This record gives sequence, C-alpha cells and structure tokens, in this order.
Amino acid sequence: MAAKEEQVKFLGKWPSPFSNRVELALKLKGIKYDYSEEDLSNKSQELLTSNPVHKKVPVLIHNGRPISESLVIVEYIDETWKSNPFLPPNPYHRASARFWSKLVDEKCLPPLWDAFWCDEKGREKAVEEAMEALKILENEIGDKRFFGGDDVGLVDISANFVGYWVDILQEIAGLQLLTSEKFPKLYKWSQEFSTHPIVKQALPPRDKLFAFFKSRTG
Amino acid sequence: MAHHQEQDNEVLLDFWPSSYAMRVKIALAEKGIAYECKQEDLQAKSPLLLEKNPVHKMIPVLIHNGNSICESLNIVQYIDETWNHEPLLLSSDPYQRSQVRFWGDYIDNNVYRIGKKVWTMKGKEQEEGKKEFIECLKRLEGELGEKAYFGGEKLGYVDVALVPFTSWFYTYETFGNFSIEGECPKLVAWGKRCMESQSVAKSLPHPHKVHEFAIQFKKRNALE
Repeated sequence: MAAKEEQVKFLGKWPSPFSNRVELALKLKGIKYDYSEEDLSNKSQELLTSNPVHKKVPVLIHNGRPISESLVIVEYIDETWKSNPFLPPNPYHRASARFWSKLVDEKCLPPLWDAFWCDEKGREKAVEEAMEALKILENEIGDKRFFGGDDVGLVDISANFVGYWVDILQEIAGLQLLTSEKFPKLYKWSQEFSTHPIVKQALPPRDKLFAFFKSRTG
Repeated sequence: MAHHQEQDNEVLLDFWPSSYAMRVKIALAEKGIAYECKQEDLQAKSPLLLEKNPVHKMIPVLIHNGNSICESLNIVQYIDETWNHEPLLLSSDPYQRSQVRFWGDYIDNNVYRIGKKVWTMKGKEQEEGKKEFIECLKRLEGELGEKAYFGGEKLGYVDVALVPFTSWFYTYETFGNFSIEGECPKLVAWGKRCMESQSVAKSLPHPHKVHEFAIQFKKRNALE
C-alpha cells in the first residue's frame, strides 16, 4: 500500500538461481515489479548501463537506481521493505545468517555445479567436494524447519540452488547427491523449501527447467 | 564472585600479514573497542581457532561474549551493528548500504586473488596478473572519484575493506617491478590520507615487514 509510486524493475534470466533469489525476495515481500528477461548473448543497453562492472543479471532497479549482485539485492530488499524480515533482529544471529549465506554461495554452489558439468576426469573430485558441502549444510539445518527458523530467511533464499536445482540436475546427470538416505535433514528442508506456498510460485516450473538443462548436456 | 569483565572481553584471532584481519582491527579501533589480539600460526592452528571457526578454520575470527563471528566484512558489519554509535561505518540508508556491499564484494573477489599473481608468479603469468591488477585498482579509483574517502568525508566500509591491501603495495611493486603510484596516483593518495587516521595507522604493518614476510613465504613454499 505505497503512498507514493514505487518503480521496481528487475532484469533477470529465468533458469538462473541467482536471478531467482531476487524473484523469491520480491515475492516473499509481496512487492509489485516489472520483469525483463535478458538475452545474455545480446545484452540490453539497460543492463550494460545499470551493471557496468559485471554486466550480469540479476539487477534490481528501484526508482531508477540500480543494485547488482544477488545477495546484495536480497539484503537491500529486506532493509527497504520491512515486513516478513529475512534476517533476525539480533546482530550475532544476523552475522551468523550472513556467514551461512556467503558459505552457500562460495563453498556449496561451485562444487555442486561442477559435479554436474565436469567431465569423467574431474567428476570424482567434484562429487567428493559436493558431498562435503552438503554435509556441512546437513549439520547446520539440524532440526530446524528452515535455515531461517520457522520461516524462510536469507540463508534459505541463498540456498535455492540446493533446495530446487540440485534435484533436477542430479536426475539429468544420473547422480545421487542430495537424497533422503544420505542427507535426511537437508533433504527434508529441500521439500519444505520447494513446497512453501510463496516460494513455489517463484520457482521456475520443473519440467521447463529440466528441459532447459537437458538440452545443454548435448 | 562472577568476573563480569570477562563477559565483555573481545578476542581477535589474528595473523598479522592478513589484510582481512587488518579490516577488523581498523573497525575495532574506529569504535574505540579494547580487545585481546591472539596471533595464530597458520601452519599449526590453535584448538581455539579450530573450535571457533570449524568450517573454514581461518582467521580473522572475532570472539565476543563467547560467540564467534567469522569472515572479515561480516565481522565489520557485526561491529557496526553491535556498537552502533559514531563513527558509523555503514550508512543507515538501504541504497547506500547496497552500494558499499557491492564494492566490498568486488574487493573481496578480486584484490587478493589478482594481487597474489603479481607477487607469487613469474614471466607471462605475472605480466598478465599485473595488467589485471592495475585494471582492478583503476576501477576502484574510478569509484573513489573526487571524494576524500570511499565513505565520503570520512572512513567508511569500503575504505576499511580496501586500505589494508595498501600495506602490500610495496610487496606487489617490488616483485612485480612496477609503480602502483604511477598507474593509480589518486588511489595511493587516498591510502596515505587513510593512514592519517590512528585507527588505520596502528592496524597496518609496515610495508617492509610485509615484504620480508612475503620473501620468507615464497622460500618456504618454493615459489622463487
């Protein structure tokens, strides 16, 4: 119910989990926005102007001002629209959430991604590192419903790749990484995450995402 | 009788040549917080470090009220939020905060990684590293613009994130055989301006000491 006009525009790419983090954040806060799908082989002038450093999506443009980097955007959204906070009020718990969301980004995503796309030679090592990463997350989720506690928070948003993309990619690659046998708590979280009433509206449709990645395996 | 002082005792697990650890020292000094500084031997990590940062086993770690906070820029934000009196390192405006976080992220992903190519590599790889490094510094210089500090009139989050690397400039220049001042005079001037603040001056080691460390590091790791 904004008194003044809020212009929220988001440049993204629908199969990208980074882009999806922003979509999750916007939908969880109930923010109205305009979306523009970017063709990364033919980048728009708007993208090049609003993210001159990296020239990548996602980019959020709020009242004409651009913000780049998915987790920076998610925190910006959280600080600007204060309902349904993604971070707890206590500074130590906030620091902890930021630590874990950065860890997901830097230590979990790369080996998981590599495990699916690596050739035979690199596959074994990548899978080993991916399993290590999943183990760390299994320990952290423990008996919590979400990383954020009772509801989705910054870490859950950051881990969207683990919560949704991994299941699809492992089916395509014929790998069994995140299973209920190997990581029961993390697997349970992934089910809670992907069936959350708002999250599931923001995630790309499974068959569409499956087809997209399947076509890239050649 | 309970020792109430101990409850508020801040401990920093440190490694003096680390630019990341220097960020935390600057932030603590800016806020006037007293703390105990414990040097870690990264070849023989203490049980305390392994306990307090079990995932990464890396410094810096800030221990406050028994809680451990890891990752340098995360610690800087924690310090700013916990001791939320002046000087504030981050603005309260969400847009300004997003911009400084973006640049903090950029510095984190590029400066150390590319700088390492300059001081550890040789030949073609080193030359490429130098080129990339100067491009990175020039981009940061562009962001500084005509401001006295990245934070505007005073030190802010981005200044704290970047200035520790200036203690390594002499090392980069000596191994790389080039002048950073020649390429990025505004950035070097900014570095000197930051050193006028006590918080920075007492948190950064002397560049020659860093260079000596680098020489010993290369010898130990057969990188000569």
